[in-house]
Amino acid sequence: MTQRNQTPDDVQSGTPVVEVQNVSKAFSSTRSVLGRLRSSDSPAKAVCDVSLAVQRGETLGLVGESGCGKSTLAKLITGQLTPDDGQVRLDGTRVGELSERSTAQRRRVGVVFQHARGSFDPRWPIGRSIAEASSDATSASLHDTGPDEVAELLCSVDLAPAIADRYPRELSGGEIQRVALARAIAHDPDIIVLDEPVSGLDMATQARVLSLLADIQQQFGVGYVFISHDLNVVRFLADRVAVMYAGELVEVGQAGDLFQSPNHPYTEALIRAIPSDDPRDPPPVPLHGAPPDPADRPEGCPFHPRCPAVTQSCQEHHPSLEEVRETHVRCLHAPEATGETDINESHTENGL
Amino acid sequence: MSDRTADRRKQQEATKQPRGTDGLATDRLGQFGIGVVLTLLVLAALGPVVSPYDPVEQDLSNRLESPSLSHPFGTDQLGRDVLTRLLHGARFSLGIAVAVTTVRLIMGTAVGLLAGYAGGWIDETLMRLVDTLLAFPGIVLALVIAGILGPSLVNVMLALSVVGWASYARLVRSNVLSLREREFVSAARLLGRSRTHIATRHLLPNVVAPVVVLATLDIGSVILGTAGLSFLGLGAQPPTPEWGTMLASGRSYLRQAWWLVNAPGLCIMLTVLGFNLLGDSLRDMLSPTQTAQMEEL
Repeated sequence: MTQRNQTPDDVQSGTPVVEVQNVSKAFSSTRSVLGRLRSSDSPAKAVCDVSLAVQRGETLGLVGESGCGKSTLAKLITGQLTPDDGQVRLDGTRVGELSERSTAQRRRVGVVFQHARGSFDPRWPIGRSIAEASSDATSASLHDTGPDEVAELLCSVDLAPAIADRYPRELSGGEIQRVALARAIAHDPDIIVLDEPVSGLDMATQARVLSLLADIQQQFGVGYVFISHDLNVVRFLADRVAVMYAGELVEVGQAGDLFQSPNHPYTEALIRAIPSDDPRDPPPVPLHGAPPDPADRPEGCPFHPRCPAVTQSCQEHHPSLEEVRETHVRCLHAPEATGETDINESHTENGL
Repeated sequence: MSDRTADRRKQQEATKQPRGTDGLATDRLGQFGIGVVLTLLVLAALGPVVSPYDPVEQDLSNRLESPSLSHPFGTDQLGRDVLTRLLHGARFSLGIAVAVTTVRLIMGTAVGLLAGYAGGWIDETLMRLVDTLLAFPGIVLALVIAGILGPSLVNVMLALSVVGWASYARLVRSNVLSLREREFVSAARLLGRSRTHIATRHLLPNVVAPVVVLATLDIGSVILGTAGLSFLGLGAQPPTPEWGTMLASGRSYLRQAWWLVNAPGLCIMLTVLGFNLLGDSLRDMLSPTQTAQMEEL
């Protein structure tokens, strides 16, 4: 395997390995003339003014309901989408869309897709797909990656090297997920974007993949952006957690603090919705209502129609992300928040 | 662990194997198609070697003899054994059909791949060309081209190749359009792989199956086209033992010697039918696995 030049000692030092600054992304809904006539032509704002940074060896958990912009944010980081506003930095260097990135820049970011099986060519044996990821793209042939390296990568995700000859459809969900992970670490990235990597797996397999993720991070010092709607999984793996709602960050903080004492009512609601395994605990409380239509966001705080603590000012003023204790919260009523003072709609967030 | 996966693999193969053979075992028409095509191949390969007669040499003392033991399909107006001429004709028909289909396949796949993956004005230009070609009735266009180039077998092959590649381009393009949105293509792009690499290593192997099905079905229509153009006098010239040419020259003796027209006619019909049935059953065999793959995603 190629040498791993990051050690866990690098963790939390220097420039963040990935940084997004005030990125926004909107999708215009319809292109057809008829569609334009019918609907109001406001674009769907998938991601609004998000700023985040991930350090080497750190896991950032990105949580939120389906459709809140998690995957869009991931695609902005990997370069599959171009931000309308703001910028993405890899190791301090601003990078553009995928076609503008050099091969070296592309290979700093590893990706594990939501549908791992679909991310492998059905006509290629697994080993060849891994070799494709690990060999240098500038060299013409794929054969310069020996079977040894593929076997080593498979071993590092607890799979038998013989699996290299199999085809994606012949593997189980857990196996293909681990193969996807082997491919993601094959080109020695600084950061891996994991989009719902365990959502389709049963509990036992989930646990196995999660502990494998932790091991790999320990071993290679790679940073994770871990996207999930499952808070239990995030609690297990993440160092920091960012909660997204309707394309905005509503709370960012250390995982422990955030789960202990959530400051945003949405975070609190998410946590209360987790079923507990202790029957004496109160039953999970579902959050009522649905997230807003990204093309038609409510005035004021986007969460106010579902917020249990809603007040008049919530409907009028859009809160900004404020520092509260160790975390950042976007709520007018967050404890210690200087909510009333920022009513003049400050859209400039301090970078995190 | 490895034991378990090996077991599972064996199990999968065990469940997969009968399904594949089962498809063909119950598919009577498909069996018939394969039978016809294989018989034809064997006859084309061995027949001319085994036959005691020459396909071209005339024997005027035995002209227009009706079918008998020594001449199972009779003789023609110049005393040549019809069966021998049919066997030689099979070589022409199959050879031309395979050659023309191959040229169509390569041209169409290249154009479709380029159009589907490059997109933009390249796609627009190529697809308008394809539309134009598809708007013409193929045999008429081939007739014009062969007419301009002059009557010969090579010109018929050229004409038929030029006419028929458009449907391959359409098929490949539409497959590429859906494939390029798949995540494995994104994965290759994220790894910094070049467009050529993605097109030739990822997209091309994934469009092979439908293209092969189309090609099998197409062989029949090429045989029909060759025979048709030869019948009209634009293809093979007498005394070449080509089926269409035989049909044309036998036409004038329809009343005295029915076998002169019926023998090559039946050959053409059986061959086209055989290839069409084979293509149909190939399509049926390939599509369930494809849909199964799609469902897994």
